Parts: sequence; C-alpha cells; structure tokens
Amino acid sequence: MTDRTLKDRAAIVGVGATPYYRRGRSLPQTPLDLAIKATLAALDDAGLGADDVDGFALYGGAFVDTSLLAQILGIPEVRFTAGLTGGGGGSAGSIGLAAAAVATGMADVVVSVLTLQQAHMRFGASFAPRSKGGAGAYSAPSTPESVFASNSGLMAPGQMFAMLVQRHMHLYGTTRDHLAEVAISTRNNAITRETSLMRDPLTREQYFDARMISEPFGLYDYCMECDGAVAVITTTPERAKDLRHPPVQVMGSAAGGAGRWGQAITWMGMPDEYFTSSGHRPIAKRVYEMAGVGPADVDVALFYDHFTGMVLLQLEDYGFCGIGESGPFVAEGNIRWPEGTLPVNTHGGNLSEAYIIGMTHVKEAVEQLRGTAVNQVPDADIALVTGGPASIPVSALLLHR
Amino acid sequence: MVTRVGVLPSEFVSFVANPATEPFWTAAAEHRLVLPRCTNCDTFRFPPAAFCWVCRRQDVEWVEHDGNGELYSFTVLRHAVIPGLAEALPIVIGVVELPDTNGCRLIGDILGCPPEVVEIGMPVALEWYDVDDGSVPCFRPRA
Ligand SMILES: [Zn+2]
Repeated sequence: MTDRTLKDRAAIVGVGATPYYRRGRSLPQTPLDLAIKATLAALDDAGLGADDVDGFALYGGAFVDTSLLAQILGIPEVRFTAGLTGGGGGSAGSIGLAAAAVATGMADVVVSVLTLQQAHMRFGASFAPRSKGGAGAYSAPSTPESVFASNSGLMAPGQMFAMLVQRHMHLYGTTRDHLAEVAISTRNNAITRETSLMRDPLTREQYFDARMISEPFGLYDYCMECDGAVAVITTTPERAKDLRHPPVQVMGSAAGGAGRWGQAITWMGMPDEYFTSSGHRPIAKRVYEMAGVGPADVDVALFYDHFTGMVLLQLEDYGFCGIGESGPFVAEGNIRWPEGTLPVNTHGGNLSEAYIIGMTHVKEAVEQLRGTAVNQVPDADIALVTGGPASIPVSALLLHR
Repeated sequence: MVTRVGVLPSEFVSFVANPATEPFWTAAAEHRLVLPRCTNCDTFRFPPAAFCWVCRRQDVEWVEHDGNGELYSFTVLRHAVIPGLAEALPIVIGVVELPDTNGCRLIGDILGCPPEVVEIGMPVALEWYDVDDGSVPCFRPRA
C-alpha cells in the first residue's frame, strides 16, 4: 500500500515572473500575456519547454483559464487541470495540488500560475458592491450573505482583518509598535531587491505619521495593489534530477480549514476560540505531520502578508510562539533577516516587494533552498510558505532542498 | 467636544435576500430584530441559513431579541476605501455579540459616541437606521 503522503513525491524545478507593476501599469499587456510570460520564464528556468507541460494546478484568483493558456501555448496534451476554490488562500496549496497530480501519475509537468491586473478592479475594496463603485472598479456583487457585512460599510479586506487584530490587541496587549515591526522588517528585506516596488527604508516615524485607514491598520499595514504574474513548475522527483537547478522537494502541503472558519472575515461568526487567529491552525498541524517536522526545523518562513497583523497571527498558528505572544516575539527581532531566529518574508513580501496574491512567496522559498536568494538565509534547508488568511481554503507548503 | 461619527450612506445599503434571509429584513423594516433558531436542537444560525449547522435540519423559528449586546470587535474607518464614503467618515463599524444566542454576531455601525471611547466589551443597544427600502441594524453605547 502506498503511503498517503506527498512527502518527497514531487519537486519544484522552475520559477518565473514578469516584472511587478503598480496597479494598472502593466497595460497594454493583458492578464493572459503576463501569465504566458511568467510561464515561459519558469519553464526556461527549469530547462523545460511548453511541449513538456501536461498539467495545470491553479487557485481561485488565477484570472486565467487553462483552455486559453493551453491553446495559445500549443500544449500537446493537457492531462490534468484543476484549481483550488476560494481566493488567495490557495496560493501555497496550488503547489500541493500540482504535487498531488504528479505523485498520482495524472501528469508529469504541472504549471501553477497566478496573473493579476488591477486596472479595472481593486482588491482594496473587493467586497464593495459593484453597483456603487462606478465603472466596475469594485469587484463583488451583493449576495444574501454579504449584505449582513456590507450594510455597515464593511466592504474591504483591510477593514475586516482589522477586526481580528483589534480583538487580538484587546486580549493580549498587542500594539501598533508590533505591527510596525512587521512593516519595517519586511521593508528592510525589499530594499536590496531590484524586483521590489518599495525600495526606500521605512522608519518608525513614517509608519506612525502615515494616514490611518481602518484602525488599527494604517497605510503601511497594507500590502500594495499590483499587477504581474508568477509561475511555478512542479514535476516528479525522477524528472527533476537532470534539470537546470537542484530540485526543491515538496515535504508536505495542506489546504482547507475548520468548517466554521467558513467565510471568515465576511461573516465574523467564527468560534471565539479561534476568532483571533489566521485560520491556519488545522493546516499547520497537517502540514507539519505530513512533513514530519515542526516549527523548530523551519529555516525561513514566507507568510502571506496582505496585512501586517496577519503575519503576527500566523506566527502563533504555526507554533513559532505561543498564542497571544506574537507581539513580544517580533519585538525581540526574531523575524528579521539575517539575524533573527526565524527570518520572515526575506523577499519583501506582499507588503513591500509586490502583491501577486502570494505566489512571490513560493518563488522566494525556492530561491532560498537553491541558495540563490538575494537575501539568503545561510544553509536554508526547510522553508514554510503559506496562502491566506482568507476564507476557506487557507493553505501551506513545506519545502526542502 | 464630541467627534462627529458617521453612518454608512444609504445608497450603499442593499437588501438582496433569499428565502432564508428575507424574514430578517422584513422584521427589520418593522424595527424588530428576529433571529433564526433550529426547532429541533435550539441552535441559532446567523447570518440566516436554510440549514442548521449542528443537526442539519431545516426546521426554523424566528425568535425576537432585544438587540442588547456587547461589542466583540470594531474598526474605525478613517479613509474612504471607495470614494462615496468620504463625506461620512469616520465610521465606527462594530461586531456585536448577542447574549443567549450561542454566539450570534451582528455587524453594525456604532453611533452616538466618539471613536476614541469605543472599546471592546462595552455594552451596546440596538438602533435601527432607516433607508428607503427598509432598515439596517446599528448600535449605541448602553449604560
Ligand atoms: Zn439543529
């Protein structure tokens, strides 16, 4: 009987990206153009070509469909195509989906790609009623469920996650200084990278002087609204052996969450015991179990960082500190590169490099484990990548070299 | 000095409903707060849903609640995330937990007090905000 695990049964062999752009500045390219450029770059990085591809494993916000991608790329035969449901919470999990396809023999070379162009929509108010924003600039149609939130003016992800962090502050004494530490340490990592959209240092004074958006989140607690695409190529361990780079092995992946986490930020009815969480606790447990490791084994963590506070809650949910202790944990410098005990978002994250819905985190994990990262963690063996906090699913990926 | 606190402009309010949620808005228009409770296992479900999340049956009764609750969390909206909100800012948006409802939470604007005094745990009372086609729940601090 085969072990029911993904551990060491798939490898990432290629990563590629377009340049990253501020919202709308990727025009006149189309989202499909961006997806294809990133895919071809990732294939080239692997030493493969479009003729080798036979699978696609995407996630909810991919904004591109396999049918058109395969047609335009001239893929000889698509043997597997699937996407995780939900939104950005599936980013890390889409690689797990690709790994599942190659581990079960459904496909050999699987593309995971995310393309994003916000010229005609804005994630910054993504739950605002489409009819009220004008010109289709806001994305969500009202539903019988969503109006229970939007009728109060709660219609933007930043406002919604602010609710979770506000309560965390109330329960545990977390402060905006702790949020600032996430923003500043992440910015420090972006400064050295040519790919980053934010390359100026961020001071504590700038953080606190910036405009408040939705308390307790101010301007620098938010990620950016960006355009761009990132692609990742997953294949079998056998195929991975003689490609361009040393393979990065999948140790484990999980996607989902507790059922009553549910729609999370858009319903606010999550059970009290994990309201002030990232929704990741069940995922953390499963991905560590599959990989056979624990938090002490992780050398670098790439946390989905749409908002500073949600990095804090993931540090707790993945066991790097106790529940409620993430504020003091970051204040001690633990997440800083290179000196911290757990360098976090060494690429500058969604906050300061670019927001491509979490896929830049997968790319960075691969570069860290190849030893080619711009902000290299010495001898990095194991990397953790997360997708979301979001509604179900949130996801995780553990990789090793 | 009391800081002005706004409320969501009425043009943003929507009463999109389905058969499971419609009784809530029908009662709201009459300034009555009603919540769906399973007649089989007495579990409240909110937002209203067609099935009980504990016993999965559809049997339901609508129970009146006085709307007195406790502020579970909140955010103060200071920046117009969409342009039409600019005139109403700041808006304090609260998540209010209702006692004796197995943890049902309503989301509503917190009126009648400056943002600086809003704190988690404070008692609040329901107040209806009337718009053209109905009413939405809001809250005020309760003594
Ligand atoms: Zn029931």
